[in-house]
Amino acid sequence: MAEAMTSKRALYLLPALIFAVIAGYFVWGLNPARDPSQVPSALIEKPVPAFDLGPLEGTGKPGLKTADLSDGQVTLVNFFASWCLPCRAEHPLLMGLAEDQRVRLVAINYKDEAANAAQWLSSLGDPYARIGVDRSGRTAIDWGVSGVPETFVIDGEGRIRYQHIGPIHPSQLEDTILPLIESLAR
Amino acid sequence: MRMKAFGLALALLALIVICPLPGGAVLPDEVLDDPLLEARARELSREIRCLVCQNESIDSSNAELARDLRILVRERLTAGDSDQQVLDYLVARYGDYVLLRPPVKPATYLLWFGPALLLLLGGAVVVLYFRPGRDLAVATAAPLSDHERGQLEALLEESEPQHTPDGEPPS
Repeated sequence: MAEAMTSKRALYLLPALIFAVIAGYFVWGLNPARDPSQVPSALIEKPVPAFDLGPLEGTGKPGLKTADLSDGQVTLVNFFASWCLPCRAEHPLLMGLAEDQRVRLVAINYKDEAANAAQWLSSLGDPYARIGVDRSGRTAIDWGVSGVPETFVIDGEGRIRYQHIGPIHPSQLEDTILPLIESLAR
Repeated sequence: MRMKAFGLALALLALIVICPLPGGAVLPDEVLDDPLLEARARELSREIRCLVCQNESIDSSNAELARDLRILVRERLTAGDSDQQVLDYLVARYGDYVLLRPPVKPATYLLWFGPALLLLLGGAVVVLYFRPGRDLAVATAAPLSDHERGQLEALLEESEPQHTPDGEPPS
């Protein structure tokens, strides 16, 4: 009888428990730091997809292919386009990153007119060591890119370690990308 | 005559409203020559999420990326891929997120079986609550003692003449 009473009492806690679970879900869902449109990446820890892109005319920089990304150096691959406004917002940060000796910065120019892209780089500055031109956007699909800008961190063996969707905010560079580069460069 | 024309116009309008054409974003230059393959491509495209608009399939989205993916799906089908191979190709690049219908696997068990689980739980509560022989609180309350019954009757007697059933004081 006493046992039945305690189990019955425990039952009264059930609504409180259900409330706690639902409230916890709401706290998670309404958290302003969470971005519901963030797409989880499928390519982390995978080798860079096979591609071979020609250079961007007017820049004098070489093109980009898979083999360029597995020579032991940590690389940042940035997808950009001259028609992309967030890319412009991100550009000064990339110019700063070009000075960093621990990482090599390369680019894939996405669905762009070569003349526009070259002009864009000559007026804003060209931080890239190599630039591959993806006119059709097909290479971007192989990289799981859904729009520009996107940035990938590639380790020395040519494996994708991080995918950043959208423009890089300085705080994201400080908190996530630079520490990752630091740990990979060692 | 004018009434007849009006009626016809109304019927046409109704037809447009009740049978909308299958509204895809597929452009004429994307359509394959083989109608069977094209039908498969349409079917498959409805299962694939456009990663730009996120809640639209690539079949209904007019985003640039959706167009590229539609063309890609058609290319792979023409090259002889099975439907599953096309989906696998996209999942390898964009993850399960690219599928509008999430696959059944340990991470999604709660999603797929959660509703059935809730129904079972609710059913169990109902069955336990209404099971025969369960002592309901009303049945177990002790009957009134003679003294209590006397008090109750005295109170009822006292209040009865003051109000009619509809709450109006007697005249």
